[in-house]
Amino acid sequence: MIARGKNASDLFPAVVKNVACKNIEDPNQLIRASALRVLSSIRVPIIVPIMMLAIKEAASDMSPYVRKTAAHAIPKLYSLDSDQKDQLIEVIEKLLADKTTLVAGSVVMAFEEVCPERIDLIHKNYRKLCNLLIDVEEWGQVVIINMLTRYARTQFLSPNQNESLLEESAEKAFYGSEDEDAKDAKAEAASLAKRKPYVMDPDHRLLLRNTKPLLQSRNAAVVMAVAQLYFHLAPKAEVGVIAKALVRLLRSHSEVQYVVLQNVATMSIKRRGMFEPYLKSFYIRSTDPTQIKILKLEVLTNLANETNISTILREFQTYIRSMDKDFVAATIQAIGRCATNIGKVRDTCLNGLVQLLSNRDELVVAESVVVIKKLLQMQPAQHSEIIKHMAKLTDNIQVPMARASILWLIGEYCEHVPKIAPDVLRKMAKSFTNEEDIVKLQVINLAAKLYLTNSKQSKLLTQYVLNLAKYDQNYDIRDRARFIRQLIVPTEKSGALNKYAKKLFLAQKPAPILESSFKDRDHFQLGSLSHLLNTKAVGYQELPDWPDEAPDPSVRNVEVPEWTKCTSREKRKEKVEKPFYSDSEGESGPTESADSGEDLVTQKGMGQGPPRWGMGQEASRSPIPPWHPPHRSLGPSQLLSPAFGAVRTYELLHRMAGEGLSVEYCFSRRPFPGDPHMVAVQIQISNNTDAEVKSLRVSEPKPLSGMRIQEFPEIERLAPGDTVSVVMGIDFCDSTQAANFQLCTHTRHFYVSIQPPVGELMAPVFMSENEFKKEQGKLMGMSEITEKVTLPEKCRSDHAIVQQVTSAANVGRVPCGADNEYRFAAKTVTSGSLVLITLERREGAAAQLIVNSEKMVIGTMLVKDIVQALAQ
Amino acid sequence: MCFQQKMIHSLFLINCSGDIFLEKHWKSVVSQSVCDYFFEAQEKAIDVENVPPVISTPHHYLISIYRDKIFFVSVIQTEVPPLFVIEFLHRVADTFQDYFGECSETAIKDNVVIVYELLEEMLDNGFPLATESNILKELIKPPTILRSVVNSITGSSNVGDTLPTGQLSNIPWRRAGVKYTNNEAYFDVVEEIDAIIDKSGSTVFAEIQGVIDSCIKLSGMPDLSLSFMNPRLLDDVSFHPCIRFKRWESERVLSFIPPDGNFRLISYRVSSQNLVAIPVYVKHMISFKENSSSGRFDVTIGPKQNMGKTVEGVVMTVHMPKAVLNMNLTATQGSYTFDPVTKVLTWDVGKITPQKLPNLKGIVNLQSGAPKPEENPSLNIQFKIQQLAISGLKVNRLDMYGEKYKPFKGVKYITKAGKFQVRT
Repeated sequence: MIARGKNASDLFPAVVKNVACKNIEDPNQLIRASALRVLSSIRVPIIVPIMMLAIKEAASDMSPYVRKTAAHAIPKLYSLDSDQKDQLIEVIEKLLADKTTLVAGSVVMAFEEVCPERIDLIHKNYRKLCNLLIDVEEWGQVVIINMLTRYARTQFLSPNQNESLLEESAEKAFYGSEDEDAKDAKAEAASLAKRKPYVMDPDHRLLLRNTKPLLQSRNAAVVMAVAQLYFHLAPKAEVGVIAKALVRLLRSHSEVQYVVLQNVATMSIKRRGMFEPYLKSFYIRSTDPTQIKILKLEVLTNLANETNISTILREFQTYIRSMDKDFVAATIQAIGRCATNIGKVRDTCLNGLVQLLSNRDELVVAESVVVIKKLLQMQPAQHSEIIKHMAKLTDNIQVPMARASILWLIGEYCEHVPKIAPDVLRKMAKSFTNEEDIVKLQVINLAAKLYLTNSKQSKLLTQYVLNLAKYDQNYDIRDRARFIRQLIVPTEKSGALNKYAKKLFLAQKPAPILESSFKDRDHFQLGSLSHLLNTKAVGYQELPDWPDEAPDPSVRNVEVPEWTKCTSREKRKEKVEKPFYSDSEGESGPTESADSGEDLVTQKGMGQGPPRWGMGQEASRSPIPPWHPPHRSLGPSQLLSPAFGAVRTYELLHRMAGEGLSVEYCFSRRPFPGDPHMVAVQIQISNNTDAEVKSLRVSEPKPLSGMRIQEFPEIERLAPGDTVSVVMGIDFCDSTQAANFQLCTHTRHFYVSIQPPVGELMAPVFMSENEFKKEQGKLMGMSEITEKVTLPEKCRSDHAIVQQVTSAANVGRVPCGADNEYRFAAKTVTSGSLVLITLERREGAAAQLIVNSEKMVIGTMLVKDIVQALAQ
Repeated sequence: MCFQQKMIHSLFLINCSGDIFLEKHWKSVVSQSVCDYFFEAQEKAIDVENVPPVISTPHHYLISIYRDKIFFVSVIQTEVPPLFVIEFLHRVADTFQDYFGECSETAIKDNVVIVYELLEEMLDNGFPLATESNILKELIKPPTILRSVVNSITGSSNVGDTLPTGQLSNIPWRRAGVKYTNNEAYFDVVEEIDAIIDKSGSTVFAEIQGVIDSCIKLSGMPDLSLSFMNPRLLDDVSFHPCIRFKRWESERVLSFIPPDGNFRLISYRVSSQNLVAIPVYVKHMISFKENSSSGRFDVTIGPKQNMGKTVEGVVMTVHMPKAVLNMNLTATQGSYTFDPVTKVLTWDVGKITPQKLPNLKGIVNLQSGAPKPEENPSLNIQFKIQQLAISGLKVNRLDMYGEKYKPFKGVKYITKAGKFQVRT
């Protein structure tokens, strides 16, 4: 009640005494949650035991909202009494296993606060967290993504250690770059001999895939979290996707811009190419705050390369005329950096900077001098003119740093300006006492160098300067004078050092490297406070380095709960009785799919799952709405078809999205009666509502060009609890594009779509070995795709191989003489093109997969699917 | 002590004159003196925009935002993503704006009870709890004149009487049991042109930033789909959480159960690869004479490629160089002001009629003795074009499912200048 702002002072003693048995056991979940929130907010050590009890109780509450509150209470108790850590970890472990989106964010937050080192607690929940992520509230998303970044760094191998065929071609394949695939395949084959090829752990892929949509979040923190995850975890080729989203954030509030630009600055050093297309988005407006201008300048400098440097320099010219002098100074520095990095423009930059020396503003001149000094050091011989020009400046310029720079330059290159140097020293000796300390030091330096090279003209001047310095107020200067006198002026006492004085003073000095202050900042996790401050903040968790050997991936496998094995009918009844636990069904999806090794196939094919949304109606109807299940890749039931091995069921309409109507489909792999060019899709519709559903039909199919849909006959009525199975035909035109249509009842329309895995677009054909070889001979060259595979232990038997291939694609086995070869043949359903598959086993685990088909896209995708199937 | 305290520890609201006028602590109390570090940084920064958003102090970190003349300074003790805090602080400011109509010191002081109630609900132990406007409004009713009169008589508070079931919902952005007699859905397509025009009038950089702001007052649980004639135009889109991402991916249709009331549905960018039509041009002649302490100023604004629509609400602001003392100008249209302290020239032009182009011309007086300014100021232009989305984006149709009534639907287009700058 306090939480809700009501005056609860009269309730307070009662709360403390009786809270455990009264409010916390209130039938209303909101009251239970509020009671726990109030209890846990009392920072009095006496109530620690009561609090612990209440948290434990709440952690197993029926209501996810109460469980969420329990998760929130954990850090509060921990800060009150850190001795409770062990008990709290138990609670966290329990809550981590929770399957609702509401709890996920809060419990990970508690985990991060209490026991971030217990990474082992995450294993079993990893896949679930990945799948729930998109539906978690935004703040929870940030915490989970940051935690998973650390987790992934400890569990997976670096995707950039060697180029991987599978990953790189995953995206390319769709654009039909078969040539490259072939090239990659060769390169791969070459490296195969040397080391084990890198295959991305499917769980690693799962994380990357499930976080990507969040780049479009409206919440800048979420976008940044995903961006850093991609930067730290994704293969090089895929990191680019984050640039667009980060550039979008630049339109946001200036504080957001500030933080984002800091991170972009770090990223742009390592991955310059990623931001190059957005170069112009970093152009500076005169109205930008100075701190933003300077960061943008940093990014522009990092992005500069041979091709864009002229545009960037033209832009810099505009900036130099700005009224904001700090910004002008930074621009001059930036020009200096561009000049050092890109040799081509060094002279242009130098000339530009020399022109600035006649600028009216002293700060600008001073900054230019400092930068010119650094540039000249790279090639002094050619620029004695500039050095002379700068020598003249000593009369006017007053900024100490600039004066010191000029003096150093003249001293260092006194041989190039033999006439001017002694004169400068003469002038400086005159004004010595009025100079700043850094200038005095450089005067001494200049004197020493001149003494060594041209002692005839400068001996007396040097003596004079050293004498002045001897009585200077600053002890640094006095020390320096004493030291130099001993070194350069030969006396009886002076030892061997004297001989080497010239070598000491006029040694070749390496040119300074002008580099970004953001270099190497990426050892801090991007987006973190520590990265921003460039120092380790309190409580910062180091981002671990990739392991050399991947830890056992099986730790993430989750056992399939007992009940998934019972028929779906029974399960549904159970759910109706216990609405609160309905969410537990969600678990079966991702885990099962991962276990059965079909993860990638199903996710690509259909497993987009029911969208997070669309549960609205449910919510308004019942006072305590059931919880939205996590994404399901596939339905729990696995029908065994006698002929072709496992047939997977996919979900078309989830029970909740469909207001109680649930629809699943599978590819029955039987010819569709009436039209041989159609793929038969078996659809199973169950009515879980308590009302009759009438006139179920397909309407308004919106097929893409050429695609045809043969609807199933309208179902007049479907009684509550009944299930009906119908077959519809779809001509996919040999493409994996989804068929979209509406499923209508007498009250509602549902948008649904069926996307076929490539393996379902074909039907088996039976042929003899000779026929096979003859057809294969016709489909060589471009139509042939070869791929190396490594067969895992359990997939080396004949039976296992055949089963995996036939489950991945609807193909028929072709008899074969050799016993280390397996052949399969099929025809695509629409055009009837042949698809031939050959799998040749080599010694050990190695094998070679060849697919011949004139439909190259189908061939490529099929190879990928089969490799996936075999890899498990 | 070995435990850590994460996330937001305390919040201070500070006005422009440096008074801490509100403080809220979610954990133990942190002394106000921590703000001294902030004031120090503020002094160093000269103007408010340059205060670094993140300040490190010996025991704390301060993360601040500046909104509507108020600094929101939060105190952090340990590592936390800075954007997390910044985004949250902006959400707080948005909520104040939503509740009180403005986010100002007076509004906050007048509603101090509600402000504390809101802050208490938005953060729990420093971690964001309820930030959705629809949930908050269920918990804490926004103030109205009638309600505050009733409250002061009966002594009741603004805390809602019903239980906030919204927190339990799968669609936390929408409150339950919405009822309207007139069901309406309005969409404002607002596009802003960001551009940098160089001296010679050619475009250095231009892109279109658009948003669709919605005002939805529909009963029950409507399920809307909004489709566009040309969705491919949208280069980069960010969504309100209510939008079904997969539908957009596959069909380019915005499908969603909307929150109740006003909200931003999407923001998008139309990239500079597509040529952006610049609706106005500016002719300028600004020069300062050497050693004469005066200069000339002559600017004309004209319409260009405006698709038959009138350009209106034109305002030009110029930050003149520091050496400028005063300006004697004549405007053929509208009125101008020059602030000799901030050196800002503002010219309120109004509507542009192509027959008679608005012009502002005259003499600039410079400080005598000061060197002639090297730089020419850049001109910032604002304008508005009604009934036009400059990118050409068009809403095709809006369909509603799930409810039986016929809603009233409306779409409005408007194009504005965003960060529109002409270099001279």
